[in-house]
Amino acid sequence: MKVMVSVKRVVDYNVRIQVKGDGSGVNLDGVKMSMNPFDEIAMEQAVQMKDAGTAEEVIAVTIGPAKAEEQLRSALAFGADRAIHVKTDEEIQPLTAARILAKLFEKEQPKVLLTGKQAIDDDANQTGQMTAALLDLPQATFASAIEFDGDKAKVTREVDSGLETIEVDLPAVITTDLRLNEPRYLKLPDIMKAKKKPIDAMSVEDLGIEEAVKLNVTKTAPPPEREPGVMVEDVNELVSKMKDKGLV
Amino acid sequence: MSKVLIVADVFEGELQGSTARAVTCAQDLSPDSVDVLVLSASGSAAEAAAKIEGVTKVLSVERAENEHPLAATFAPQVVAAAKQNDYTHVLGPNTTFGKDLMPRVAALLGVGMITDIMAVNGPHEFERPIYAGNAVVTVEAPGDQVLVASVRCASFDAAADGGSAEVEALSLDAELPSHTRFVSADTGGSSDRPDLASAGKVISGGRGVGSKENFDIIFSLADKMGAAVGASRAAVDSGFVPNDMQVGQTGKIIAPELYMCFGISGAIQHLAGIKDAGTIIAINKDEEAPIFEVADYGLVGDLFKVIPELEEALG
Repeated sequence: MKVMVSVKRVVDYNVRIQVKGDGSGVNLDGVKMSMNPFDEIAMEQAVQMKDAGTAEEVIAVTIGPAKAEEQLRSALAFGADRAIHVKTDEEIQPLTAARILAKLFEKEQPKVLLTGKQAIDDDANQTGQMTAALLDLPQATFASAIEFDGDKAKVTREVDSGLETIEVDLPAVITTDLRLNEPRYLKLPDIMKAKKKPIDAMSVEDLGIEEAVKLNVTKTAPPPEREPGVMVEDVNELVSKMKDKGLV
Repeated sequence: MSKVLIVADVFEGELQGSTARAVTCAQDLSPDSVDVLVLSASGSAAEAAAKIEGVTKVLSVERAENEHPLAATFAPQVVAAAKQNDYTHVLGPNTTFGKDLMPRVAALLGVGMITDIMAVNGPHEFERPIYAGNAVVTVEAPGDQVLVASVRCASFDAAADGGSAEVEALSLDAELPSHTRFVSADTGGSSDRPDLASAGKVISGGRGVGSKENFDIIFSLADKMGAAVGASRAAVDSGFVPNDMQVGQTGKIIAPELYMCFGISGAIQHLAGIKDAGTIIAINKDEEAPIFEVADYGLVGDLFKVIPELEEALG
């Protein structure tokens, strides 16, 4: 089957982000950028399907600035066969992203669209579900295990009550959670090979989709700070502090 | 004029506590009405929702397809209900139920969505966390569109019981797909412990606990203190405990009065889940562990020595 994977360029998960003093956003100057970790899990899933012979072709897609080509090259180094880069310097919110992905889905007709359950920058957790809705396809979010069987997939999902298993007809949208797999380390020969793989670049306008009305971010602030704490010497001191506060 | 519709979180026929938290969030909109939509196959969830103070009316849709909360099945019904009564706001909790469902609802309505409302500034202005809670943005939604959002449960207390809203059986004109089917659920057996998402006290363990067997010491202390048990991602990844115990950016976001953690270093992704806790107490062998930067009380020590001492001191 054909598998499409959507990946996003985000601030690396190890970076401690700084809010700009004027409240206009988060400081991204000189900050390390990476592929969204949940999307790496989606990439790994796709490539494992290719290794197992379940997938014949893996297409990586990103929506983002020119520099997001770095993340597409990583996706190609994972093992994607080719990539699509929808280039834009604007901030693309989830509904518009979903409209773009739905359009590409209709064009490419994959059996499954894989993407991370959320991007660790805006933490929206929306794009996969929205894409499935627009295409009137099944969605299996927060996947921790996926089993393909002909035109169906059984997906185990991480939910608040534990695990839930659902069955979906293909094509479907699947969003990946932490414990689906452990993404591989990219090896130098694969990174070199990825440089020669094709990337099809286009603009949002090229796709002829209607952009969704934007939610307007008017201010970005640091989170409320907690009062600094104290270190205690031993258990007795800790227990007396807890008693003072009425916690025990 | 705000007419709010809240989608109730129902699991195995029972109304979940997150619904009453969403009602509190809705009150901050100074609404004209707050209706709750209960989609279920049977059971008492609609009656339970009618008892939440501040609820104007409960709309109950009982049909066999609603036995399990599949987003693909629920979304067309929520959309039909939202349109039928011209709601201005459609809210769900930010539990996995709401995270799965609400974006699908928003897309079908053709509107953007606000994830994780943590504060309401006005009918169309909200605050929400980004970057694992390391920044908070103020977001304005267009006033001429229905607003779809999920409510960050840890930011709102549950509305009290004491209401007596009318329950109206609703019939909806919605075609339901058959492409998504429930197979099974694994809730890890029943437990008498308090629910992690709503518990007043939470004891949690991380990589430092070392093994599944060693986690018994955490459970034992929790039982002594009447606390729920949580865990860091590392502890879940290592197979010490199941995934539903994970606290953090991508797990559960909680706001207990007391959060006490053992052997958790305090990655920013974990801290995102506990920032609203009343008092944070951290016990860790490593005095450099970042958890001590946010803890109200920190103790450097070996958890396997500290816990027995604690149990003794607490009697």
